Amino acid sequence: MASSTETPANPASGSAASAGAPTGRVRGVSGNMVTVAFDGRVRMNEVAFVALQTAEGVNARLKAEVIRIRNGECDMQVFEDTRDIRVGTPVEFTGEMLSIELGPGLLSMTYDGLGNPLDQLAVQCGYFLQRGVYLPTLDRSKRWAFSPVARIGQRLQAGNAIGTVPEAVFQHRIMVPFGLVGTAKLIEIAPPGDYTVDHVVAKLEMPDGEVRPVTMVQSWPVKRPISCYKERLLPTAPLTTRTRIVDAFFPVAEGGTACVPGPFGSGKTVFQQSVSRFAEADIVIVAACGERAGEVVETLREFPELIDPRTGRPLMERTIIICNTSSMPVAAREASVYTAVTLAEYYRQMGLRALLLADSTSRWAQALREMSGRLEEIPGEEAFPAYLGSLIAAFYERAGLVRVEDPNLGQARGSVTTIGTVSPAGGNFEEPVTQSTLAVVGCFLGLTYARSYAKRFPAISPTDSWSKYIERMRPALEKNYFAGWVDAIKRMQGIYLAGQRVGDQMKVVGEDDLSLPDFVRYLGSEFLDAVFMQQNAFSEVDASPSNARTALLLQLTMAVIDQDFGFRSKDQARETFTELTAAFRDWNLAAEGTDDYATLLTKIQSRLGSGGGRGRAAFATA
Amino acid sequence: MRKVYTRIDQIVGPVVTLRADGVRYGELARIRLQDGNSTYAQVIKLRGEEVSLQVFAGSKGVSTGDEVEFLGRQVQLAFSPDNLLGRTFSGVGEPIDGRPALQGATDIDIGGPSFNPARRIIPHRMIQTGIPMIDMFNSLVKSQKLPIFSVAGEPYNELLARIALQAEADVIILGGMGLKYDDYLFFRAQLAPSKERTILFVHTAADPVVECMMVPDMALAAAERYATAGKDVLVLLTDMTAFADAMKEVAVAMEQIPANRGYPGDLYSQLASRYEKAVDIEGSGSITLLAVTTMPGDDVTHPVPDNTGYITEGQFYLKGGVIDPFGSLSRLKQLVNGKTRDDHAPLMNAMIRLYDAARKVRQQQSMGFSVSAFDQRLLGYASEFEQRMMDLNVNLNLTQQLDLGWEILANHFTEAQTTMPGKLLVKYWPKRAQAA
Ligand SMILES: Nc1ncnc2c1ncn2[C@@H]1O[C@H](COP(=O)(O)OP(=O)(O)OP(=O)(O)O)[C@@H](O)[C@H]1O
Ligand SMILES: [Mg+2]
Repeated sequence: MASSTETPANPASGSAASAGAPTGRVRGVSGNMVTVAFDGRVRMNEVAFVALQTAEGVNARLKAEVIRIRNGECDMQVFEDTRDIRVGTPVEFTGEMLSIELGPGLLSMTYDGLGNPLDQLAVQCGYFLQRGVYLPTLDRSKRWAFSPVARIGQRLQAGNAIGTVPEAVFQHRIMVPFGLVGTAKLIEIAPPGDYTVDHVVAKLEMPDGEVRPVTMVQSWPVKRPISCYKERLLPTAPLTTRTRIVDAFFPVAEGGTACVPGPFGSGKTVFQQSVSRFAEADIVIVAACGERAGEVVETLREFPELIDPRTGRPLMERTIIICNTSSMPVAAREASVYTAVTLAEYYRQMGLRALLLADSTSRWAQALREMSGRLEEIPGEEAFPAYLGSLIAAFYERAGLVRVEDPNLGQARGSVTTIGTVSPAGGNFEEPVTQSTLAVVGCFLGLTYARSYAKRFPAISPTDSWSKYIERMRPALEKNYFAGWVDAIKRMQGIYLAGQRVGDQMKVVGEDDLSLPDFVRYLGSEFLDAVFMQQNAFSEVDASPSNARTALLLQLTMAVIDQDFGFRSKDQARETFTELTAAFRDWNLAAEGTDDYATLLTKIQSRLGSGGGRGRAAFATA
Repeated sequence: MRKVYTRIDQIVGPVVTLRADGVRYGELARIRLQDGNSTYAQVIKLRGEEVSLQVFAGSKGVSTGDEVEFLGRQVQLAFSPDNLLGRTFSGVGEPIDGRPALQGATDIDIGGPSFNPARRIIPHRMIQTGIPMIDMFNSLVKSQKLPIFSVAGEPYNELLARIALQAEADVIILGGMGLKYDDYLFFRAQLAPSKERTILFVHTAADPVVECMMVPDMALAAAERYATAGKDVLVLLTDMTAFADAMKEVAVAMEQIPANRGYPGDLYSQLASRYEKAVDIEGSGSITLLAVTTMPGDDVTHPVPDNTGYITEGQFYLKGGVIDPFGSLSRLKQLVNGKTRDDHAPLMNAMIRLYDAARKVRQQQSMGFSVSAFDQRLLGYASEFEQRMMDLNVNLNLTQQLDLGWEILANHFTEAQTTMPGKLLVKYWPKRAQAA
């Protein structure tokens, strides 16, 4: 933690510079970067407003962030279109770092990269965004039912709960501001009641006697991790995504990180959307970073209607959308991933499992590249800044499983799991963003053009992808599926690879020159791909199989592959596998408890020897 | 009284630099050349007293002693909803059709802010173009943005002209960038029949490069006006690679560090801010965008098509004079093709599956393998499919397209061989007895 107390900006206030804060004047403009001459004290990542008057006489105050200080001038990235700024335009510094408001009321909201609520902006400005308009992140009029948790006289630290309010299905903790250094004594606390976020619910006395009022809202500088937890823990449990190939072969850990690179059209967004619906998380933060606005709209319009089977509540209630799409200001895109991860950390601090889905981190990296170019820094590979790798590493490092300890609420585990897509130029993974990301993540889900062209969705490569978590999660995985699961998966992986090698060989020598056993090996590998690795994201049933169903499917699939069918010809083998593939795929689409489900399962099991029976037994006990 | 500057310090490519004060970022300036002509320029960088301008007409003939006057406003388009239709403008919005300046026009900003994502709706309305490879196989949806990936030499402008004539839209805005003069004349002649709903913004290969960069913004600013007034607008751009190359030229003149094969690092954002103007406005009009993107060296990983693919909602590939059914994809088609006719999606899938099978047979045949009787059927089917559906000259409405699809299937296959669902076969399989 920093040694000084934070004084984060209150983005809501957009207030004039506080007394004594320096003022400056614009000295130069290049794209979305302005250079400002200033007197007094200016700090890195400080927020300032460029106070502009347009040619038509309209006043606008454009938010900007200090990103370099040099020779008595500072360079700032402006979060808006910079047209009409002049040399000499006044700049008001705030002394506060780029921050986001934290408090109850974030869930089910849609914000731009800086935390402005897009719905409210639409109410105020209409169809189009308007520069210089900033609104509070949190609703000021809504009342929350506060229940005190801490007691008068208690000594509290940053992140300790003062009280809770119900938000969606959670008890949202109102916490001692994260920037508080040391210990403070609780000298006042509000009785149970309905309050707005600005209501002072407690007062803290600092060791030096200073009294600090605490409301339900606090600001936090987005580029600084929230780290008021007791300790970080090694992730040992999976975060189930309900995408089979991921959960079985390349599982993501709760509190871990994964990246999803792939060329355009390979299915990154469809995968992320599926995960945002079905993943086993308490809070899902969708960061639409520099991608299409249209893709966010599906989430926006559908999530309020979709019921989360785990809670019986609309999916939207566990979701926050950070939406800084490709035509919105580039500097705000850079900020958006930090805003998103800060929100995830905030809910982690309450002992919840937060999942951050960032699509696409390449657009964030490109925003960094644009700014680096304007700063005329010495470029690295493909003109990305030399520090790209360390920024990517720092971003993914903010994920993690932690133990939080509260004097009144006890211990809890919270997590931030981050899954980011990468959009490599030309679909080539040898580019800086993919490479820097691969160096730091725990799980690599590589999408290939070949698989998406062949409509083998999800197009996650079974050969190139990897997960570093699988061994560490062995006990948890075996509990979720069945004893021996991890070894079974590894064996299937071997069978898949061996079969694909036969397939490659076949492309060269033709089918006729293959031996029958080799040919069957190839068919088995293709079968595993078709019925287990591939999954129909647009089928209600197949899109989110239960663990038990995935376990049963794997056992049935193994039973087919292991079975000695006694084939006498390749045609016979092909026919059998074609028929089984169709039956399995139909079964994957049949909802549990339906007649189709039972009929198809019986049909499948009738084709199998003892293996099918074993599958049924496992399912019964699961 | 505006101040006039008479000393230009630096001229590099289309960019000139001089000392001036009080100038706004993005402001428009007029440069009066020695020969008495004027040209416009836009502020692209301010540094102390130093002002850099990109000169729309290029810096050819600009001298250090030319007069520069700042106009105190941004680049704008003179807009008038009624008087724009049927007209042709240059990349900077000046009439080039020999007719007088617009009457009753108001100046509107170009390159305006983004549509609020929270105000967007899920696209749901199909646009018929009369072209089977689009309507039936990769339906175009109102508010969709799609590139036409193409190598030089393919009939992409013919395709655009056809779409301009046939597509369901209230207003068609064509933006030409780097057009050969012949192509310009071609468009003018072709689009004459639907003149009253068409507007042209044209930059030809002979025109100054900076004007090329303005074409999409001009076209889209006009489109936004019509769309917010309830009109369904179809914007056709050709060729976005020329647009990107123009940006590259200016970036080089500004000594920007290139990111990829000489293109500036903000290529993605620049392209996206244009493509994202496509929108369907609830209770009002829409903007749909089709943009030809030529692929240098037939390489889809070239920065321009590559960045485009990451922005658009699918792509059409124009190959060998036809829209390739395999590489092409409308990512939004499933939002509309379930609501047209119950056989639409299944028929589309069956026809593509069989055509794919025929393609494999052709390969085997070319390698000298023998073909079976069923293979012969596939081959016959493929050539009829190519002639009667893939040919770009075919112009049918969707119902006719679907009926034709069944007819072609029935000419070559038995009902069972199509593996179509039984109830569709009962409903749609052509009755041979009647046909005979
Ligand atoms: N799981 C899937 N099942 C079926 N179709 C899919 C699946 N995933 C992707 N697709 C198809 O591929 C298209 C593109 O997918 P998606 O938008 O996810 O690609 P992307 O990798 O995000 O591309 P971009 O980089 O351009 O954003 C979809 O519109 C859909 O047609
Ligand atoms: Mg995507």
